[in-house]
Amino acid sequence: MKLPVWFHKLGSPPYVYALAGKLSPWLGAIGCTLIAVGVFWGLVIAPPDYLQGDAARIIYIHPQTAYIGMQAYVVLAVAAGIGFIWRLKVAHAVAASAAPIGATFTFCALATGSIWGAPTWGTFWEWGDPRIMFELLLLFLFLGYMALRAAFDDREKADRVSAILGVVGVVNVPIIHYSVLWWNTLHQGPTIMQLGAPSMTTDMLIPFLITMFGFMFFFYWVLLDRLRAEIVEREQGARWLRELLAGSRP
Amino acid sequence: MREFFYMGGYAPYVWSAYGITLAALVLNVWWIRRLHRRGLEQARNASDEGEPAPQARVRQL
Amino acid sequence: MDLFLIVLKRDLKLAFRRWSELANPLLFFMIVTAMFPLALPPNTAQLQALGAGIPWIAALLSSLLALEALFRSDAEDGSMEQLLLSPAPLGSVVLAKVAAHWIVSGVPLLALVPAVALSFYLPVEALAVLVPALLLATPTISILVALGAALTVSLKSGASVIGLLVLPLCSPLLIFGARATDLAANGEATAGPLYLLASLAVLSVSLGPIAIAAALKVGLE
Repeated sequence: MKLPVWFHKLGSPPYVYALAGKLSPWLGAIGCTLIAVGVFWGLVIAPPDYLQGDAARIIYIHPQTAYIGMQAYVVLAVAAGIGFIWRLKVAHAVAASAAPIGATFTFCALATGSIWGAPTWGTFWEWGDPRIMFELLLLFLFLGYMALRAAFDDREKADRVSAILGVVGVVNVPIIHYSVLWWNTLHQGPTIMQLGAPSMTTDMLIPFLITMFGFMFFFYWVLLDRLRAEIVEREQGARWLRELLAGSRP
Repeated sequence: MREFFYMGGYAPYVWSAYGITLAALVLNVWWIRRLHRRGLEQARNASDEGEPAPQARVRQL
Repeated sequence: MDLFLIVLKRDLKLAFRRWSELANPLLFFMIVTAMFPLALPPNTAQLQALGAGIPWIAALLSSLLALEALFRSDAEDGSMEQLLLSPAPLGSVVLAKVAAHWIVSGVPLLALVPAVALSFYLPVEALAVLVPALLLATPTISILVALGAALTVSLKSGASVIGLLVLPLCSPLLIFGARATDLAANGEATAGPLYLLASLAVLSVSLGPIAIAAALKVGLE
């Protein structure tokens, strides 16, 4: 199948290394600025919640980390799938890079969620809540992927085997999501407050969105940097890398 | 100012949540930079010795 | 279809040659089940509440045990490589192997389940849902565990990582199946989750072998 030139270019490690190097500082600058602005807005300017008081300020980081965690898994699966089908090292490198970052965000989602739950729900963990279970299962999906990768000595085999796991996992994610939601409608537990649901006032919505985009840019910044580190590790001994280092030597 | 840190009584919760997240983000950035630097050093050392570096084993994190 | 039947017959024959090994997952199922009342207060109400879910967890874990080495013996003696080299559709072969295993370990489990369920004071209405639900879910479980086995086929320590890979993927089955049993115990309608289990079975049996075959090819190349 005839693929466009840019697709082939993106299959080349030195090209991607250079491109990522140029893009990532911008993503980082935008991301960190947005996060700083959003966090400041959320902590200082935004009003405390009517019911939860200042504890509700966690809304400016918790749903965002959860959302980015999910996005990371999709990135992982898409990259792994592309790498598997077209046998692109770089795509596999993207998948490998996305995993630990996605796991970190998902962990943060669970941690901030449970901290939020302590004063508001009265418990730091609620086995009956579908979103907690979903995030927990997502974390296990990330960790399983990373464990499978680590178990192989041959990098190419690790790439391809874990790619299959990644793609099967992403197919499973909507199924898991639906099943935990269905499960919750049966659960005779306390009424879980739907925070972050449709009705959010503008003065909360703005910082919410700012941090959301901030985390998103941050994720892609860190992903590109991890990708560069991953490329360097994979391309040890490659000529382009040697030339690059020789050229940059004072 | 004190009220800001007090967070209406929820100070330990709000600050630990933000703190953990911030720490995780910073850790990510720092760890990745470290990985990158190590990789470049390894490549540099190998090319100094005039031979290609051995294929690095699959490393995680 | 021919190849499917040939491999199915072969694997069944091989399995029955070592029939004592067939008993192991079933014994494991019983032992895991017995662990629960030991670890938890064995009062009637508690056990009844748990009775819907325990057979499911035990079935999942014993499938892991039974299927974990599904491909390893063939991989080790070289017959898997022969299969990979031949023009035969690997998907059919895989499906036949999984089917053989399901017949040999999944189905006998269904015979044990009623006794276990009743021992946990599960009402008969719940049992009437539990067995069909397991019947629908065990093919999916077998496919998913076989996928885990295929992904780890070339690893020496595959057994340690397969659970981590497979159990999160099996969580929807656990949810639909165990909760359906619970619903039945409370006298509510259970058609929904049973249909969902059926559709998951269709999905996994049709698409699973493709992924499993791909994993085997990659793992053994």
